[in-house]
Amino acid sequence: MAHIAVPAGVPGIRSLALFRPETAKPLYALAQVLLRDPSPLSPAERELIATHVSSRNDCAFCANSHGAAARELFGEGRAVVDCVLDGTGPAELSAKLKALLVIAGQVQLSGRAVTTEAVAAARAAGAVDREIHDTVLIAATFCMFNRYVDGLDTLTPTDPQAYAEMGRRLSALGYAPPKPA
Amino acid sequence: MAHITLPENLPGIRGPMAFRPETAAPLNQLAEVLLRGESTLTRGERELIGTYVSSLNDCFFCQNAHGGLAQHYLQCDMAFIDQVKRDYTVTPISDKLKALLAIAGSVQRGGKFVTAAQVEEARQQGATDREIHDTVLIAAAFCMFNRYVDGLGTWAPQDRQFYVERAPRRAEEGYAHYDPRT
Repeated sequence: MAHIAVPAGVPGIRSLALFRPETAKPLYALAQVLLRDPSPLSPAERELIATHVSSRNDCAFCANSHGAAARELFGEGRAVVDCVLDGTGPAELSAKLKALLVIAGQVQLSGRAVTTEAVAAARAAGAVDREIHDTVLIAATFCMFNRYVDGLDTLTPTDPQAYAEMGRRLSALGYAPPKPA
Repeated sequence: MAHITLPENLPGIRGPMAFRPETAAPLNQLAEVLLRGESTLTRGERELIGTYVSSLNDCFFCQNAHGGLAQHYLQCDMAFIDQVKRDYTVTPISDKLKALLAIAGSVQRGGKFVTAAQVEEARQQGATDREIHDTVLIAAAFCMFNRYVDGLGTWAPQDRQFYVERAPRRAEEGYAHYDPRT
């Protein structure tokens, strides 16, 4: 049971959005801008960064739901998601995305853990300032979402089918706060 | 030097916000609702939670910008804010706020560190679900802001008086329509 009285049976951040719609509005707007709106990084790549950080923060709800969204968005290349989740570092990922995932991993530890070497490596692999900026902010944002979801001990489904459904919805519709039942 | 080329002469979060206004808008709207919007926690209490978490994350800019605001609202000084950061349990803040700071400190380490006992203690001291929710989200949001500011290697004025002097104007302006270039 969650630490506060959120609507019963509603998983993860959606239960918190229903509890407090005033904060849900900017939170969902932020997710939409960061993960879906125009960017030199594809929505699939950005969901992968979110999944990587959520996995490192041990947030099962966020790692599974965004992992599912990433699988939908990668389509035939969906196997990369599991490789990133289990840390085997897939060969088929671009050098640029690998370097950005390193930066995201540093942000997960602390903002101060990001090294000039990691940034230089991303740049050498072709990353532009906007991509480095978005990677840092996506990683930072998921350090917020993960803590929000787990800090209030929200409902975390264990059925993989529940996440597959969320992944389809997130890839097709993007981010909009849930409407009250 | 910052890790990316940011508009010059803008300290802390102001550089990245001017660099990318599309993400600055929801970030500032979130700050406005959480730190200034209608709440049974005072603006001073909420800024103090943000300051405490920023201090645990060792983010110089955020702990001083928000510490400046906290001392402005609470009508104390930076020495008192520093005491809270060092050991809030011995400061004359309310027992409810102490219980909420304990929760915020756990959120800083990770969401799963928040215990049912901490939540129960906050409730015993009179905290409502909404206050517990807002405390967790403020703490989580500062774990984002701190990483954004330091993860891009932004610079910050080292003279803490800068933040104290800026606080009254920042308190008046609020976050909703914040222009990072001014």
